[in-house]
Amino acid sequence: MTDTAVQTAAAGKPGFFTTSTLQKAVAFVVLIALLAFFSLFAPNFATGSNMVGIMQATAVNGVLGVAVTFVIISGGIDLSVGTMMTLTAVMAGIILTNLGMPLPLGILGAIASGALMGAISGTTIAKLKIPPFIATLGMMQIARGLALVFSGAKPIYFNDTPNYGLLSPESSITRLIPGIEIPNGVMIMFIVAIIASIVLNRTIIGRMIFALGSNEEAARLSGINVDRWKILTYAICGGICGIAGLIVSSRLNSAQPALGLGYELDAIAAAVIGGTSLAGGRGTVIGTIIGAFIMSVLTNGLRVMGVLEEWKIVVTGVIIIVAVFIDIVLRKKA
Amino acid sequence: MTDQSSDPFVIEMRGVEKSFPGVRALQGVRFDLRPGEVHALMGENGAGKSTLMKILTGVYQPDGGEIRVDGQPVSLPSPQAAQSLGISIIHQELFLMNHLSAAQNIFIGREPRKGLGIFVDEARLKRDAAAIFRRMRVDIDPAAEVGQMMVARQQLVEIAKALSYNARVLVMDEPTSALNETEVEHLFGVIDDLKRNGVGIVYITHRMDEVKRIADRVTVMRDGQYIDTLPAAETPMSTIIQLMVGRELADQHRATGQGTAHEVLRVEGLNRGPTIRNVSFRLNKGEILGFAGLMGAGRTEVARAIFGADPLDSGAIHIHGTERKIATPADAVAAGIAYLSEDRKHFGLVTGMSVRDNVTMASWRRFVSRALFMRDDALGQVAQDYVRKLKVKTPHIHQETRLLSGGNQQKVVIAKWLLRDCDILIFDEPTRGIDVGAKAEIYRLLEDLAEQGKAIIVISSELPEVLRLSHRIAVMCEGRITGELDGRTATQEDIMTLATRRASAAA
Repeated sequence: MTDTAVQTAAAGKPGFFTTSTLQKAVAFVVLIALLAFFSLFAPNFATGSNMVGIMQATAVNGVLGVAVTFVIISGGIDLSVGTMMTLTAVMAGIILTNLGMPLPLGILGAIASGALMGAISGTTIAKLKIPPFIATLGMMQIARGLALVFSGAKPIYFNDTPNYGLLSPESSITRLIPGIEIPNGVMIMFIVAIIASIVLNRTIIGRMIFALGSNEEAARLSGINVDRWKILTYAICGGICGIAGLIVSSRLNSAQPALGLGYELDAIAAAVIGGTSLAGGRGTVIGTIIGAFIMSVLTNGLRVMGVLEEWKIVVTGVIIIVAVFIDIVLRKKA
Repeated sequence: MTDQSSDPFVIEMRGVEKSFPGVRALQGVRFDLRPGEVHALMGENGAGKSTLMKILTGVYQPDGGEIRVDGQPVSLPSPQAAQSLGISIIHQELFLMNHLSAAQNIFIGREPRKGLGIFVDEARLKRDAAAIFRRMRVDIDPAAEVGQMMVARQQLVEIAKALSYNARVLVMDEPTSALNETEVEHLFGVIDDLKRNGVGIVYITHRMDEVKRIADRVTVMRDGQYIDTLPAAETPMSTIIQLMVGRELADQHRATGQGTAHEVLRVEGLNRGPTIRNVSFRLNKGEILGFAGLMGAGRTEVARAIFGADPLDSGAIHIHGTERKIATPADAVAAGIAYLSEDRKHFGLVTGMSVRDNVTMASWRRFVSRALFMRDDALGQVAQDYVRKLKVKTPHIHQETRLLSGGNQQKVVIAKWLLRDCDILIFDEPTRGIDVGAKAEIYRLLEDLAEQGKAIIVISSELPEVLRLSHRIAVMCEGRITGELDGRTATQEDIMTLATRRASAAA
């Protein structure tokens, strides 16, 4: 009897219908259903240019969603992703416009400053034992304040760096699918998502993040240096916020220091709609990207249908609650 | 006494049955209680005392049997139903709201109202609470915040709360476990008062001296069965202990090995608050050292301290003859110490992760390529190896560990530490939640590991298990090691005697 058990163990592969694939499938089905619904009932919805518009609107939220997905899977939360994004954009502005340095340094500076802020959040959480909600609530204000201080509360324009606009969701140098232009900002989002997905699923970093989120105490008692991995997780999140900062400031051709509040809630919503569990230990990058698309399709579709802008906010709220309810139901069944 | 025994029973439980999936927790158990009597309920951990009391207080529903209150058959579908019949329980862990006052806690949900029933009548609330405290003859300010009180006073608040429901039957589950000598005496005073007022008390305890001191009768349970009811005063302690342990040892397998003389671990003068007091012992290569004692004796605390999971006040840990500083579990693992918690789901396994990831978790860093990628093929291979070696029954190594049985989960945790090359293995209740067949397999596995030269500590509350496995047995009581026994000759009675030897009694 044990022999057969061992044999099947050798042959076994991970089951396809695990909860997370199921959840992803649910989110995906919802996205398709929304696309179908709006295509039928909103006359100008299913046009190429509108689709491009949806993708453009998704880029920033998608990248921020990926950032916060890392933290949420590890069992934490990061409320500072929106204002960290702003601060990194300001840093890019200072480096490129005020200091006149070359573009690569600006990109590096934005990502590095985000990673640093994230590492600081992570350190206060891991070492000082401040709850993530509080630590990142504080960081949200710190980053917001610093962005205003560093920029003198005025926008920093990128007029001296003509290539900066290439990072934005409006510009496009590729035509992958005939008739549909994939904007650069969206390309960047997909690249970030693919790399993030690989990091989460294939590297030791991802394995540790899932272990932390599933059972931090068991990880600690397995001799794992929990603090170090936690700090790294928040640093990665901050670094990705830097990428979002580049995209958003490229689109506006300026770093807008007053921007950023509220973005964190959309990012968290995208992750949650995409099946990432706020309890930690479960979630996928693909799910988050789908979640971000669901939110922009809703916004866009309702606008095209002529529904009042305010209703879109209401519907988004409903979607978040429904998504989490589905999550709970699925988890009970599993 | 003679007067009392003719009294009618306030509680009669007859033929009570209760099963949980895979376990018959209670079989035909009887228990009764007279007004104004203290009836001690004794038995080893897992004998069924708590289950029986949960049935009496409406938490569990019995599968069979009869419960009578004042001679009338009753059903107790909920704790509220039991409470309305005057049956209350004081749990070992108190259920009070720390930020509320004593009076607010006592009348929570039943606050006296005023002003059209909108406002709480705070004055009356305090007056009523004060009246109860006066009746109990204790000096507690009804307005004092419960969280600021000592445990002993919190317990009195719980008792006051029970009395406010006009309790005629009070179940006390190890009420003295967190109290010091004076507090215990004070509590006994309160109990004497309650008795005089006709309250019947079911007193769950492990402590012989307390039974002698306050109980009128003792009922002993073992393995979910009723054993006997005896007058507390006339029955010698040794008789009660014998009834509690009961099983015949003759046909039971005993440890035969001895380990080597090569010292692997030496612990000296460990202290941590009141839970670990001056604990010293040594452990040799190939040896199984059993840690016996009652719940709360400090065995788990010692294990966690050695493993660096909780900080120590003082003490030294020597491994292979050199002192090692162990501040975190990471230090302990680096020193070759593994701790296998009784609570596998919380502290041992990441239940949402696969068998492969759990087996390899403590060793992940050995399976990382230069670019930080996990070498999943290699991980799968070693996990597969251990699944085969330890005969883990799982459909495949990608199965989530929460879907495995208790015995197989335990094997996964063992595999994790074997892969990590730990040579000191501390098992905390290695067979808790594991069915009988799998138990024997785990025992053989532990013996094999010892034979292969691992040094093993087994913490167990099941005496037959301690005797079955241990080459040597350290017995703890209230944070101290009260004695060490040779595993080949020790008896359950020897262990129980040491396990109930309180510091004050020994002095």
